[in-house]
Amino acid sequence: MSVARFWRKQPQRYNLEGTRCETCGRVFFPPRTFCPDCRRDGKIVEHRFTGTGTVVTHTVIRTASEQFDAQTPYVLAIVQLDEGPRLTAQVICAPEEVSIGMLVKKAFRRIGAESASGPLYYGTKFVPVE
Amino acid sequence: MRKVAVIGVGCTPFGEKWETSFRNLFVEAGALALEDAGLSGEQIDEMFVGNMSAGRFVEQEHVGALIADYAGLATNHIPSTRVEAACASGGLAFRQAVTAVASGMADIVVAAGVEKMTDVGTGVSVDALAGAADREWEGFAGATFPGLYAMIATEYMHRYGLTREQLAAVAVKNHRNGAKNPRAQFRSEITVDTVINSSLVADPLRLFDCSPITDGAAAVIVAPLDRAREFTDTPIRVLGSGQATDTISLHDRRDICTLDATMVAGERAFHAAGVERSQIDMIEVHDCFTIAELCAIEDLGFCAKGQAGLLTEEGATALDGDLPVNPSGGLKACGHPVGATGIKQIYEIVTQLRGEATGRQIDGEIGMTHNVGGTGATVVCHILGV
Repeated sequence: MSVARFWRKQPQRYNLEGTRCETCGRVFFPPRTFCPDCRRDGKIVEHRFTGTGTVVTHTVIRTASEQFDAQTPYVLAIVQLDEGPRLTAQVICAPEEVSIGMLVKKAFRRIGAESASGPLYYGTKFVPVE
Repeated sequence: MRKVAVIGVGCTPFGEKWETSFRNLFVEAGALALEDAGLSGEQIDEMFVGNMSAGRFVEQEHVGALIADYAGLATNHIPSTRVEAACASGGLAFRQAVTAVASGMADIVVAAGVEKMTDVGTGVSVDALAGAADREWEGFAGATFPGLYAMIATEYMHRYGLTREQLAAVAVKNHRNGAKNPRAQFRSEITVDTVINSSLVADPLRLFDCSPITDGAAAVIVAPLDRAREFTDTPIRVLGSGQATDTISLHDRRDICTLDATMVAGERAFHAAGVERSQIDMIEVHDCFTIAELCAIEDLGFCAKGQAGLLTEEGATALDGDLPVNPSGGLKACGHPVGATGIKQIYEIVTQLRGEATGRQIDGEIGMTHNVGGTGATVVCHILGV
């Protein structure tokens, strides 16, 4: 992923900044700039999510792309944020610990790197709520 | 709209074709289809080529022109268009060809699919395939393609009580069929133990739950039904076509375990064909992973949600079952050159309906195909009949 491509999404990746349609109140993460319900009548504004949620489903990645190879095995999940939207993210726990319904909260973590000497990418992973 | 028929089909053997290039794979399949229809190249009006990612796999774009050139058709200047919808590229290319003929814009049209995947290592191919999902919000987090289907499987097993053995039964059945298909990548039978003792790729999916990395190409030729007998004694009619989209990301779906796009595309194809589910004699579904075959059978409406695993275990989807599924061996055993798969499915159903599927022949008059892009963001279905 190019530096510019990553950089323009930093607020979303670092702080879970999504969007909200002021017309209908629906919230979006990943952010959308066009409300699928209100279309041209929609008014999209920024919306920061609290970062707490629940594991909807999960897996443990054992074979990854080159960028993630060194991290295997890692837990990947679909997390439903308390406000409703769902996203795909890693959960920082042992493979046998993750379960459907597990409560999690956001954590700022290193996601990966472009190459051995290239830029580092940070973003949001989730950790179990104690 | 005009009625459309398939008048010729061709398919290369699928596998790791180290000795063959991207363009030669296509030429081989195209020549077989032309020969099958008794056509010369001059009679071709137009061509649609399904290809997911030549740019990543062989660093080649502009595939439509390249293919036309090496098929000897560039000097005729025929329109040649690449169609891309990840693993549904082939199915969409076929639909474009059918649309072109049905509309009257063209008469003799080639629909082909080709993918050359083994010229790069596993890491690159895993990454290229992850491009079928949302790169920004799935791939960035470390999602792989098997990982996404694994998350479908986790929730499905949790909700419906699907057993590990039932999931394995899909792969066992497809290998049994593939062993009878001379074009299949894997021609060996396996057991449930083979599957459940293979290495984990993304829990709960193991190596033998996954379709392989494959090189291959397939081509079919369509024409107006009222001209079909000029070229063949056994035209196969295109009875119905249906295509649908859904959210690109798995996490945005209405239901993690249901491919709504399969439900809609299937319904559209049944409606267009005027055919009931009970009339379908065989079906080629998109079993990129074992769990995907179970979802497909259910979401197309052949059984209730949560029942396909038991039906598979009981043999209902075997060659001699009530509804044979993936007589070719499916993506699992026949192989999955992503852009070619949708055309191979048409090839298999046409071969079956003509009564030419030696060793795996099913008695039937109507067959169906189901081709998925990504985790279900694109689905295209076709119903074919004698």
